[in-house]
Amino acid sequence: MRKVTLEINGKKVEKEVQDSTLLSTFLRDHLNLTGTHIGCDTSQCGACVVHVNGNSLKSCTALAADIDGSKVTTIEGLATNGKMHPMQEAFKKLHGLQCGFCTPGMVMSAVDLLQKNKKPSDTEIRDWLEGNICRCTGYQNIVAAVKEAATKM
Amino acid sequence: MASLVGSRVERKEDKRFLTGKGRYTSDINLANQTYAIFVRSPHARAQIKKLDISKAQKSSGVVSILTGSEIAEDKIGGLIAGWAIRSEDGTEMKCPANPPLAKDIVNFVGDPVAVVIAESLEEAKAAAEKVSVDYKVLKAVTSTADAMNGDTIHEGIDKNLCFDWLLGDRQKVKEAFEKADKVISIDIINNRLIPNAMEPRACLADYNSASEEITLYTTSQNPHLSRLIMSAFGNVSPEHKLRVVAPDVGGGFGSKINVYNEDIVCSWAAKKINRAIKWVAERSESFLTDIHGRDHVTHAELAVSNDGKFLGFKNETIANLGAYARVFGTVTPTYLFGPCATGVYEIPAAYSNVKAVFTNTAPVDAYRGAGRPEATYTIERLVEKASMELGIDKTELRVKNFPTSFPFKQTLVHTVDSGDYVAGMEKAKQMADYSGFEARRKDSASKGKLRGIGVSSYFEACGIAPSAAVMSLGCGVGLWESAEVRFNPTGQVTVYTGSHSHGQSHQTTFAQIAADELGVPIENIDIVHGDTDKGTFGMGTYGSRSLTVGGIAIVNACKKIVEKGKRVTAKMLEASPEDVEFKDGEFIVAKSNKKKTIGEIAFACYLPGVRDEMKSPLPEGEEPGLKETAFFDPSNFSFPAGTHIAEVEIDPETGEVKLEKYTACDDFGRIINPMIVEGQVHGGLAQGIGQALYENAEYDETGQLMTGSYMDYTMPRADNFPEFNIGYTCTHATTNPLGVKGCGEAGAIAAPPTVMNAVIDALGGQEITMPATAEKVWKACKNLKKSNSKAA
Repeated sequence: MRKVTLEINGKKVEKEVQDSTLLSTFLRDHLNLTGTHIGCDTSQCGACVVHVNGNSLKSCTALAADIDGSKVTTIEGLATNGKMHPMQEAFKKLHGLQCGFCTPGMVMSAVDLLQKNKKPSDTEIRDWLEGNICRCTGYQNIVAAVKEAATKM
Repeated sequence: MASLVGSRVERKEDKRFLTGKGRYTSDINLANQTYAIFVRSPHARAQIKKLDISKAQKSSGVVSILTGSEIAEDKIGGLIAGWAIRSEDGTEMKCPANPPLAKDIVNFVGDPVAVVIAESLEEAKAAAEKVSVDYKVLKAVTSTADAMNGDTIHEGIDKNLCFDWLLGDRQKVKEAFEKADKVISIDIINNRLIPNAMEPRACLADYNSASEEITLYTTSQNPHLSRLIMSAFGNVSPEHKLRVVAPDVGGGFGSKINVYNEDIVCSWAAKKINRAIKWVAERSESFLTDIHGRDHVTHAELAVSNDGKFLGFKNETIANLGAYARVFGTVTPTYLFGPCATGVYEIPAAYSNVKAVFTNTAPVDAYRGAGRPEATYTIERLVEKASMELGIDKTELRVKNFPTSFPFKQTLVHTVDSGDYVAGMEKAKQMADYSGFEARRKDSASKGKLRGIGVSSYFEACGIAPSAAVMSLGCGVGLWESAEVRFNPTGQVTVYTGSHSHGQSHQTTFAQIAADELGVPIENIDIVHGDTDKGTFGMGTYGSRSLTVGGIAIVNACKKIVEKGKRVTAKMLEASPEDVEFKDGEFIVAKSNKKKTIGEIAFACYLPGVRDEMKSPLPEGEEPGLKETAFFDPSNFSFPAGTHIAEVEIDPETGEVKLEKYTACDDFGRIINPMIVEGQVHGGLAQGIGQALYENAEYDETGQLMTGSYMDYTMPRADNFPEFNIGYTCTHATTNPLGVKGCGEAGAIAAPPTVMNAVIDALGGQEITMPATAEKVWKACKNLKKSNSKAA
C-alpha cells in the first residue's frame, strides 16, 4: 500500500492504494468515477482512455501509484460549469455514439488528437482512433464529429 | 406544430453517455455486495471425475463456493432453446440439457463448473485458482462440416444432429433443374463470428429476505423475457418475486438476448447466501462464453435458362449450434434463414435443407441479422457467379429476376407487402457511378492494382413477428410488443415500452412518435424501459422489431389516449364526442371555437371535480386518470430491402484489400429519424464488412478458441473503412400505421456478399472464403498471375 496524491478533474485526491491497483480500477472502484469504462483485458479497446497531464492514456495500462502527483482528467471532468466540451457537443450533434460504452474513451482520445493536430484530415483522424474500438457506429459519424469539433476548438 | 417524425432530432440519451453519467450494470454497486468468479472448463469436452473445493473454501474472504451438485439438488433449471424445430421426417429436434453449472460433463471451453463468491474480487479470483477439478479429457468435435461423423457429444443425440429440417418442395426443384439450361453451383462457408458488444456481460443479483424478492441487474436486450425464462424454466423464483433490470446496456447485437448461466447462478446464489453478488465478465470470458454467430457450411445450386431466368434453387446447409441449443439458436438457421434463401427473386421452385449439429464450441445463436446474412450471402454469391458464367451484367441479371409487382409472394414463406427493387437498383447504380467503373478499373490496373466491383440485392424478414405465425412454427412465445402511455396530472408524459435500447435510440425515436401523436413537446416526454417493475410485460429488442412492433404499440396506446380525451372534451364542452377533433395537442369542437388542450384534459382526468359543485368532467362510467396500454401483434413481418455496391482495390504484391467505395441504397419505409437510421446502417455495414474482410472465430481441433482476445480476433477499426455512401428509396410498409420497416440489421445482411463479390470480381472469379485476409488474397493473386501467363 502506498499513498498517492492526484489532481483529478481539478480536485485534489489523496488515497492509499495497493501497488498493483490500475488507474482504471482506482477511478472506477475507489473514486466511483464510472464514466471510464473497461471493455477488454488487453489494452486494445480504448474505452478507458483518460488524460494524464494533458495526454491521452489507456487507464488500464497505468498503475495509480505510478502516476503519483499527476493531473488526471476523466470524461466526468471534460465539461466546464455544466457546459459540454465542443467535442461532446459535436458527438451529440452528429450522432457519434449509439450505446455509449466506447464513447468516454473515444471522446477523450479525440480531444487529445485536436490538441496535437488542430485540423486533422479524415485519414489522420481514422489513424489516430485506431486504438479505440466502437462496435456500433461504423466510425463514420465519429470522424465527422471530430472534424466538426475541430472547427469549434 | 411541425411534425417530428422525419426530423433529425438530436438524441435525448446522449448527454448522460457523453458526460460519464451512463449507468451500466458494472457501474452499479450495492452495500455489502460480494463478488463472483466462475471456474470454467479449460477443455472442450471432458468428464468431471472429481471437483474438490476444500482448499479453495479455506482461502481468504471466501463466502461460498457452489457447484453443479448444489444446482441439481435445488432443482434449478437449465438454459433452453426457445424454438422447437421439427425435422423433415416429422421427428422433434433433439436438445441436450444445459445446466447452469456443469456437473458431470463439460462441452466447451468456458463451460462453467463452479462459482466462487468472496468478499472482494481479488479474493474470489485467488480462491477460484484453488478449486481443483479432475477432468477425463474426451475427443472434441469442432468442425461444422464433419460434426455428424464425430463422437457423440450428448448421449442419445445420434450424429450430433439436432434436426434435419426442410422448407420447400424437393420434387418441384428436381423438375425445375431438369428443365434448366445451366446449373450454377457453389460451396461456401459462412464464417463464425463473435458479436463483441463493447460492454462485456455483467450481472448483479440482490436478495431481500423480508420480501423474498430477487433483483437482478443484468446486461440484457429483453429483461421481461429473461425474467420469464428464469422463472418458468430456471425455477429461480416465482415471476412476481423476481425483478430484472437491464439499465444502460453497451451494445447487444443479439449476444444479450439469452439468459446466461451467470444470471441464473448469481440470482440463485444471492438468495442462498442472502447477500448481493456481482459478476463482470472479463473480455476473455466474453470471447469464450457469449453466444457466437453464423458458422454455416453450404452447398447451393441455382438452375437458370440461357437468357438468365432463375428456375430453381436448392440449398443444403450444415449449421453449427455449438455445444447447446440456446434461445434463438434453433430458429436462426431455420425460419430466419431458409425463407430468405431465395432472396429478392422470383424463383418458381426452391428448397432449403438445414442440418443443425452440435459441436464442442460456444453456443451459436442470433447475431445481428441472424440467418438472413447467411441466406443473402448464399443467393447473392450464386447470382454473381451466374452473371459471370452467363455473361450477363450482374445488375441486369438481378433486375431480370426481380418481382415487378407487390405484394410479392416469395417462393418459400413470405408475402412481401411493399417494395420497389428496380428503383433501388437504379438509384444504387447512380450513387455508385456503376457505369464509370471500367474506367476506374483501368486506372487501378495502370498502377498495378486489381479493382473489382460487387453488387448485392437483399430483402429480409424482420420486425419479428406475428405471434400466431411464429408460434405455429415452434416459437415458445408470442412476439407482440407492449406500450403504456401515462400522463402526469400536469401534462408531461411517460411512455413505457417493453422493448429495450442498447444503442438503438428508443428515448429519441419513440419520443418523436409520441410527441406527434399527442401534440406534447418532445422535452415533456420520457421513455422508460428495461425494468420489469416499470411498465407492462414486453418481448424486448432483437430482429429489428423495436420500431415496427414496439413503436406501433406506442402509437396505438396514444390513439387510445386521444379517444378518451375526445370523450372527456365532449363532456366538458357539452358537445358530442364525434364532433371533437384532435390536432397538435388540442381537442377542438367542430365548427366552434371551443377547445381544450391535452394538458387540460389530463389535469381534468386526474382532478375530476370542482369546488362547490357536484360536477365531473368525466362522462358517466369513465374512469379517472389518463393512462392507456396497448399490445401490438403485427399482421406480418417487415421487409426492408435494397441494393448495395462495393468497390475494392487489391495490391497483388501484398494481398491487401482496400475497400475504396461502399454504396448502400436501402428501403426502410418511412424514416422517423434520418440521423439515427444512418447510424444504424453505418454500424451494420461495419459488422458486415468486418465479416467479409477481417473477423473470424477459429477453434483448433481440440476445441481451444484460437481467437480469444482483441490481439487475435480482428475487430474493424476506424481506418478500415471508407466514407459510406448512404441513400434510400422509400415505399411505406402497408402492414403498420407508420409505414415503417426495420433498419438495424440491413447493413450486416447486405455487406458480406457485396464486398466478397467485389473481391472475387477483382480476382477474376476465383472463390475465396471469408474473411478475405491478405494471405488468402495474395495466394489467389499468384494463381491469377499463373493462369494469365498460361493464357498468354
